[in-house]
Amino acid sequence: MNVVARTIAALVASCILAAVSGAALAAPSGKPIRIGSTLALTGPLAATGQVHKIVGEIYVEQLNAKNGLLGRPVEWIVRDDQSKPDLARTLYEQLITVDKVDLVIGPYATGAILSAMGVAQRYDKLLIHHTFGIPNLAKYERQFPTWSLGPEPQNTFPNTVLDALAASPKPPKTIAVVTSKFPSVHFLSLGAREVAKKRGVKEVLFLEWEFGNRDYGPIAARIKEANPDFLWVGAIGLEGNQLIEAMKKLDYMPKEHFYLYPAPGPMVKSPDANYALAGTIFEEHPPFTSNPQAEAFIKVFNERAAKAGLPDTAVDTQAAASYSTWQVLEAAVTATKSLDDKVLAAWLKKNEVGTIQGILRFNGPNNYGDDLMRVKQVQNGRWVVVWPKSVAAPGAKLLVP
Amino acid sequence: MNVPSATLLGQAILSGIFIGALYAVLGLGLSLAWGLLGQINLAHFAFAFLGAYLTYQLATVGGLDPLFTLALIAPAFFALGVAMQWLFTRFRVSPLNSLLVTFGLTVIVETLIQAIWTADFRRLESGYADVRLRIGTLFVPLPELLTLGIAIALSLSVWAVLRYTDVGRSMRAAAEDAPIAAAFGVNERLLAYVLSGVCAMLAGAAGLCLALSQTLAPAQIYAWIGVIFAVVMMGGPGRALGPLAAGIVIGVSEAVTMAVTAPAWAPVVSFTLLILLLLLRPGKT
Repeated sequence: MNVVARTIAALVASCILAAVSGAALAAPSGKPIRIGSTLALTGPLAATGQVHKIVGEIYVEQLNAKNGLLGRPVEWIVRDDQSKPDLARTLYEQLITVDKVDLVIGPYATGAILSAMGVAQRYDKLLIHHTFGIPNLAKYERQFPTWSLGPEPQNTFPNTVLDALAASPKPPKTIAVVTSKFPSVHFLSLGAREVAKKRGVKEVLFLEWEFGNRDYGPIAARIKEANPDFLWVGAIGLEGNQLIEAMKKLDYMPKEHFYLYPAPGPMVKSPDANYALAGTIFEEHPPFTSNPQAEAFIKVFNERAAKAGLPDTAVDTQAAASYSTWQVLEAAVTATKSLDDKVLAAWLKKNEVGTIQGILRFNGPNNYGDDLMRVKQVQNGRWVVVWPKSVAAPGAKLLVP
Repeated sequence: MNVPSATLLGQAILSGIFIGALYAVLGLGLSLAWGLLGQINLAHFAFAFLGAYLTYQLATVGGLDPLFTLALIAPAFFALGVAMQWLFTRFRVSPLNSLLVTFGLTVIVETLIQAIWTADFRRLESGYADVRLRIGTLFVPLPELLTLGIAIALSLSVWAVLRYTDVGRSMRAAAEDAPIAAAFGVNERLLAYVLSGVCAMLAGAAGLCLALSQTLAPAQIYAWIGVIFAVVMMGGPGRALGPLAAGIVIGVSEAVTMAVTAPAWAPVVSFTLLILLLLLRPGKT
C-alpha cells in the first residue's frame, strides 16, 4: 500500500472511530488540560507565527467542540517570543515552572525550537514541534518533529527535486546553486551541490549571501551570465521573490528554477514567478484534500486567515505542519489515555500517526521518519504539486517554458 | 575570484548606484537631524516604512499614482516631525536620550504597522514596476531610476537651501553655536520645528522609494539601520550631499564585490571602507 493510500486509510479509520465514539461524546468537563507554547507573534518571523496561531486556535476549538482531551477541556497558553530564541527559552521555563502546564508543544522556527528543546530536555518534557529545519541537531529523545523532512534532507530532498527535473521534458545538464547563509537553508543547498555532482549535473555557479541581503541585482547578473539549465535558490521568505524581481529587471529568467522555502503567497502572486518550483508537504488540492478532516480544516483556515487580514490564506507547509503537531499530540494522548510525558514519548516512538500531510513515524534517527517533502510549481497563478507523481495534483506535471 | 565580463561589471555598477541612491534618500533626513538638531533619530527608519505602507495603501486601495501620494504624505509627515520636535523640546531630550526615545518610537510604529497591515509581506504593484530601459547590453529599471532621480533632486535641493538661503544659513549657524546665532536674531526653536518637519518629510519620500522598489514587511525596518548609519557617518552628519556620495560609494562597492567574489563579502567591504575613511580622513574627530 503506498503512502497516500495508507494515509487515507488511517484518516478514514480515525474518522470512523470519531464518528462511532461521537455518539457518546459530551461537552468536556473538569479541570482543563493546559498546553503551553510560544510563537513568533511579533518580530521578523511574525507573518508565519500568525499562521501557527490561527491553526492552534482552530484545533483547540475543534477539540473542545468534541470531547476535549480525555474528556477534559483544553486550554492553550501561547506567549509571544518576539521571534527571539533566547526569549523563547525563558518563556518555556516559565510555562513549565510557573504556569505548570500539563504539556508543551513547539514554537515556530528552528532557532526557537532548539531553545525550547533545551528547556524541555531539562524538565523531561515531551516536545512535539512544527517546523524544525536541521534534523541532525534534534538530539533530545522526547522531541518529535511533525515537519516530515526525514533525517537527512540534505540528501533526500535535492534528489527528489532532481528526480522531478530528470522526468521533465528538459532534464538539466548544468546547475547554479545560489543560497542564503540562513542556517536551515544553507546546509540543504550544500547538499544540493553534492547531489548534483553525484548525478553528473555540472555546476556552473555557486554563490552565497548573508541573510538580510538587500541588493540582488549583482547576483541576478551573475546568474544570467552563467545561464544554467537549472537554478537552485536556497531562499527563505522573501529572498526568492527578491531574486526573481532582480532577474526580471535584467530580462532574464532561467527555464527551470527552484526556491527552497519561499514566502508562498507573494511568490504565487508574482506574475514573474510562473513555473517556479518549491518544496512543500501539503497543498490545497487532491490527494491532500481527499480526506474530510483536511477539507474541513482548509475551509475554516481560509476564513480565519482572511478575517485576520493575512494576504495569503492558503493551507500549505506551515499550516499543515502546525495542524499535524496537534494531530500527533491528540493521537498520543488519546491512545495512551495519559498526560505523562514519558508514556506519550514511548508511544510515539512505537506508533505511526495519520496526519493531513501523510503518515508520520518517529522511529528513525533523531525521531525523524520519512522525507515527505514534495515538489510544487507555480502554474497559472496557483501552486500545484508536480512530484512525486503519487501526490501530484490531478493531471499536473512539471512544466518547462 | 570571478573575472566579470564588461556587461556583468556594468550591470553591477548600475545596481550599486541604484541601491546607493536608496541609501541616500533614507540617510538624508537622518543626517540632517543628527548634524543640525543633535538628534540620533532611529524613528526615521520607522517613519520611512510608515511612509512606504501609506504609499502602498493610497496607491493600492485609493488608486492614486504612487508618485502623487507624496503630495498627501509629505504634509502629514511634516506635521509628524513637528510633533516629535515638540516632544523633544518639551521634555528636553538630550542627544543620547534621543537614541533611546526614538528607538521606543520605532517599536511603537512597527507595532502600529503590524496591527494595520499585518506582519505579512506587501508589494506595491504599480505601473512603473515592469518598465525598464535598455542601454546596449545593460538594463535600467524605472523604479530604481526614479529613486535615483528623487535622491539627486532632494540632495541638491537641501544643499542649495542650506547654502544659499537665510533659513539654511540660520540652521547651520544654530547648529554651530546656538547662543551666538540667537544673539543675531536666529529663532532656534522655530527652525528646529521646521527642520524636524523637513526630516520627517524626507522620511516620507524615502518611503515612496521603498514602496516603489522593495517588498514591505514591518520587521524590515531594522534591516536598514546598520548600512544607513554607515552612509551617514561616511557622508558626514548634517551634510546634504554627503549621504548621496557615501550611499553610491557603499552601494557600488557592495555590488562590485558581489559581482567579482562571494556576495556574502559585500557587507564586510562596505563597513571596512567606512572604518578606513573614519581613520584616515583629514581632520577626523
